Amino acid sequence: MAEVAYVNASRVFPGNPPVRAVDNLELAVADGEFLVLVGPSGSGKSTALRMLAGLEDVDEGTISIGGRDVTNVPPKGRDIAMVFQSYALYPHMTVAENMGFALKLRGVPRTRIKEKVGEAARMLDLEKFLDRKPKALSGGQRQRVAMGRAIVREPSVFLMDEPLSNLDAKLRVETRANIAALQQRLGTTTIYVTHDQVEAMTMGHRVAVLKDGVLQQCASPRELYERPANAFVAGFIGSPAMNLKTVPLTGEGAQLDGVVVPLPREVLDAVAAERLTEITFGVRPESLRLVGADEGDAVGRAFELTVELVEELGADAYVYGSARVGDRPERFIVRVDGRTPPAFGQRVRVAVRDLDEVHVFHPETGERLSG
Amino acid sequence: MITANAAAVSATRGGAALAKLALRRGERSLLASIGLHGALISASFVSVFPIFWVLVTSFKPDTKAISPQPKLLDESNIDNYLNVLSGAKGDFLGWFGNSVLIAGLTTALAVFVAASTGYALSRFRFPGRRSLLLGFLAIQMFPFAVLIVPLYNLLLGLGLQGRALGLVLVYCSTTVPFCTYMLKGYFDTVPTDIDEAGRMDGLSPFGVFWRLVLPLAKPGLAVTAFYAFVTAWGEVAFASAFLSAADESKTLAVGLQVFIQQNRTEWGHLSAASILVALPAVAVFYLVQRFLVGGLSAGAVKG
Repeated sequence: MAEVAYVNASRVFPGNPPVRAVDNLELAVADGEFLVLVGPSGSGKSTALRMLAGLEDVDEGTISIGGRDVTNVPPKGRDIAMVFQSYALYPHMTVAENMGFALKLRGVPRTRIKEKVGEAARMLDLEKFLDRKPKALSGGQRQRVAMGRAIVREPSVFLMDEPLSNLDAKLRVETRANIAALQQRLGTTTIYVTHDQVEAMTMGHRVAVLKDGVLQQCASPRELYERPANAFVAGFIGSPAMNLKTVPLTGEGAQLDGVVVPLPREVLDAVAAERLTEITFGVRPESLRLVGADEGDAVGRAFELTVELVEELGADAYVYGSARVGDRPERFIVRVDGRTPPAFGQRVRVAVRDLDEVHVFHPETGERLSG
Repeated sequence: MITANAAAVSATRGGAALAKLALRRGERSLLASIGLHGALISASFVSVFPIFWVLVTSFKPDTKAISPQPKLLDESNIDNYLNVLSGAKGDFLGWFGNSVLIAGLTTALAVFVAASTGYALSRFRFPGRRSLLLGFLAIQMFPFAVLIVPLYNLLLGLGLQGRALGLVLVYCSTTVPFCTYMLKGYFDTVPTDIDEAGRMDGLSPFGVFWRLVLPLAKPGLAVTAFYAFVTAWGEVAFASAFLSAADESKTLAVGLQVFIQQNRTEWGHLSAASILVALPAVAVFYLVQRFLVGGLSAGAVKG
């Protein structure tokens, strides 16, 4: 067990101009923590993981595991195990041989290997398959063998590179919970890469969001959701995505289709200091609600939406509709009760549920302005 | 199934145009079947008959081997084989030993060198990689006859002229480029994730090559081994130029020439010897063909 630290670590791929796949990554992972690296494709999350694994050079900065600088240590000297997206099982070896291979290379006695492989197989429900070759296994079983191969070694850090992306949706949800529980039980520091923000939110103790090789924010899932550091994180975390619109400002707040959404004092101060006339206004679909005609007072604070599409998910429904912002139409998504969704073409009135759930970002830099 | 049958019935009623439509996937019309089988049978005949005739001739005495009215059996017996094997017509077993040694060494050396080169070309990006690959391709275009003189001079300089080792090196220089190309292509099909998993598990780069990639490339290795063996086994021009003229240093392919003299050719003995020469090549093929199966890396990565 060990803590992991990236100190200004960069990976620069040669080219013209050179590509900074991972740019000045500064990240500390505590002992026993489950950290998720998340980002869209090309964000450098896999590269960052491979730098830690020793499969990718570290061009600038350092990486340490358990306080030991491993920047120039080959993979086998780092005491880490990795689960690959493709699983990368050895096709010419049985499941048991696959799982015990690393121990065999270390010269662990055969009886001890058998014991440890058996133990891991019990944990992962693989006992029946120990004598099979990988090609005779289903996708989910192969995935478990890949996990088993990592567990058997008892490494100080687990690295997982999108280990669930080849599973079908149902199995993925199941395995997601199993991996999280397993990590809890083993207490091994784990770094997990995914592009799926639901996986990131449900599994990680902390989540690091990357974009274009740059760390955007690293925080607990709740913090990411409630206080995204910038407009990118705000749009990336949460499903469906946050409504992010550039809206004109008035003295008291944001101007939306004839309605002014009041903003907190400190936001208005920050905006005034920057002399902005517009802001990026963000509100999650679940922070908006439909306002009934009988709500009198609330109607005045609601803006009008023309329904263009309704997605019914059973418990909830997502209403896509357009409203006028400034002089152009903008599409908003609103989460409503699944039992009484509005119809296509209907005009509804929508209000912000709670003004604390409004996020304000700088229109150019995307930095968070609200507290 | 029932609907398909119904379609077939209505098709026969409806005439030829509909009958064509009624053919299911993978089915052939009678005419196509005849044409296909005819072509296959004649092609098989063309390739098998000469070998068959050599086999037939090998049992006939020299005097009966060539005849205006050839018969399958004409005083046939196994005397030719006995004569060849007993050494009455030249040191056949000695030549055999030379050939086994030279072809075996060539195979081992060529496959090892080609495999390590092919792996490097498949996995690493290094300066000169492209030109090396191009060079290997260009070397294949050379007629090997033009190489005899320069190679002779090289071997003389190295003190290997007339020695079996010299011939092995010459054979390697012609087989390695081709084998490298083939193996590089094969290694390309082994996912690099496997290499990386091996390195995480604690293998050195050579360990990855030796313990993971080579076992997965068995079909490719089998083909290249067979190619290298056959090249060295049946080659005449280099072997006659680079081995000493002494009878005991000849290879089989060179030795066979004793049966063809200026005034007469001992067809019966030549055929018998040819059959004996072909047997080891067949044996090697039999040994390697069980590795010639696809899908060895099935199950490595999600497919």
